Amino acid sequence: MSFRSPDPTPEIIVWVENLAKQFVLHNQGAAILEVLRDVSLTLRSGDCLVLNGPSGAGKSSLLRCIYGNYKSDSGRIVVRHNGQPVDMVAATPREVLSVRRQTLGYVSQFLKVIPRVATIDVVAEPLRREGMEAGRARDNAATMLHRLNVPERLWKLAPATFSGGEQQRVNIARGFVSDYPVMLLDEPTSALDATNREEVIALVQEKLAAGAAVIGIFHDEDVRDRLATHLLNMAPLREAA
Amino acid sequence: MNSGSTAPLLSVSGLSHYYGAITGCCGVSFDLWPGEVIGVVGESGSGKTTLLNCISGRMAPTVGKVEFCTRTEGLADIYRMSEAERRMLMRTDWGFVHQNPRDGLRMGVSAGANIGERLMAVGARHYGEIRDTANDWLGKVEFNLDRMDHLPSTFSGGMQQRLQIARNLVTGPRLVFMDEPTGGLDVSVQARLLDLLRELVTDLGLSAIVVTHDLAVARLITQRLMVMRQGEVVETGLTDQVLDDPQHPYSQLLVSSILQV
Ligand SMILES: Nc1ncnc2c1ncn2[C@@H]1O[C@H](COP(=O)(O)OP(=O)(O)OP(=O)(O)O)[C@@H](O)[C@H]1O
Ligand SMILES: [Mg+2]
Repeated sequence: MSFRSPDPTPEIIVWVENLAKQFVLHNQGAAILEVLRDVSLTLRSGDCLVLNGPSGAGKSSLLRCIYGNYKSDSGRIVVRHNGQPVDMVAATPREVLSVRRQTLGYVSQFLKVIPRVATIDVVAEPLRREGMEAGRARDNAATMLHRLNVPERLWKLAPATFSGGEQQRVNIARGFVSDYPVMLLDEPTSALDATNREEVIALVQEKLAAGAAVIGIFHDEDVRDRLATHLLNMAPLREAA
Repeated sequence: MNSGSTAPLLSVSGLSHYYGAITGCCGVSFDLWPGEVIGVVGESGSGKTTLLNCISGRMAPTVGKVEFCTRTEGLADIYRMSEAERRMLMRTDWGFVHQNPRDGLRMGVSAGANIGERLMAVGARHYGEIRDTANDWLGKVEFNLDRMDHLPSTFSGGMQQRLQIARNLVTGPRLVFMDEPTGGLDVSVQARLLDLLRELVTDLGLSAIVVTHDLAVARLITQRLMVMRQGEVVETGLTDQVLDDPQHPYSQLLVSSILQV
């Protein structure tokens, strides 16, 4: 992969330069946990970069830094947002929210359930946030839930009591319901059966074909091999240091 | 980069308030943009309510400036307005939801009158319309309309709080201050009230400043968070970032002292 271009060409949608992240655990004797050091990567339209490495290598942390959920210590995370580069490390919270609303989608490993909200509304919420009218947002949510084989009788219920696989499918539906040009996927297929795994692969492939860029973590080798256009190998830093 | 409007709705700079030798809050600055909900968290006595009272026009700060984007003049220092202008602002553009509904309701008049009175204060005169609007709002907060003509003192805490919220929102304020809006209620009532607030905040695109000690409330209804300790803001940021990757020792302590948010 090529990167470090100070003025990247417009087809580059995401570039990360020399990213570093450590956790300082103030209430545990100020222990320092270094998780990311000198991470750089570049994504163009249609790229699917798969993060590879053992547990604790910092894969999820990297996705969370890119999404602005974790605070990076140094480096740059530039995302092309409405045609303009935005550095997520330096951006104000308000800018980060705007990038999340329109450009950057994130599917976490587990559904962060909003208590007592019906599944259909959990899935429709990103569209409502973009300002889509409630009826249309629900229709789109329904299409996505159908695709992921979430039975209609569950739609009115809150996902809190669903099985792990059902929750994961709700989470994926929520992540894919909106048309983000960049998607961050943290093990979206880990709790799925073969049929649903195929459906997720198809969803990602359609995204890529439509010009999106994806950064994903997939423990399933088959999924990884079929989706990855690039690999980033990561290793836990504590051992390396 | 710009998302939406170019001016903040509220701009607070260098605000401190001292009660004699005691510091209420110290050196607080932030901007609130239209449609944004900011949470203020911190232990009791950390200055949350002092800050809220200063920025909501109820208590002049010892130093510092609070500016609000008025409909006619843009950003204006609320403590340099006349008392009458400030009162008008508080009645029309602002709402204030108190922790104790008794502080925000008129206990001597009916539920319906509690709403109607606010509407009349901003110039509504037509009885039928006032009644319709009041009904509409009481419906939105899931208030049992059969109880419309009863006194607030005959309602449960949860119902009183719903009524207080309706009374505040009925005039279409552009900014709502809330001080522990779900505090003092039992857990199941709290949960339902929180659902309601979440819906209102998203559907109406409200701008709000919410003081709470409950991080789950903050997670669910705010986009940005300020963590206060001993009168100072020790950390600010996106709500999910502050809760998932707190930087300041005190924020870390606060987040780790609760099990799950
Ligand atoms: N919020 C946090 N606070 C403190 N430490 C954290 C936090 N999040 C992650 N870590 C630590 O950072 C390191 C990397 O974790 P991360 O979850 O990024 O690994 P991963 O590669 O995704 O692992 P897995 O494959 O098990 O999901 C771990 O040592 C983890 O304990
Ligand atoms: Mg992980």
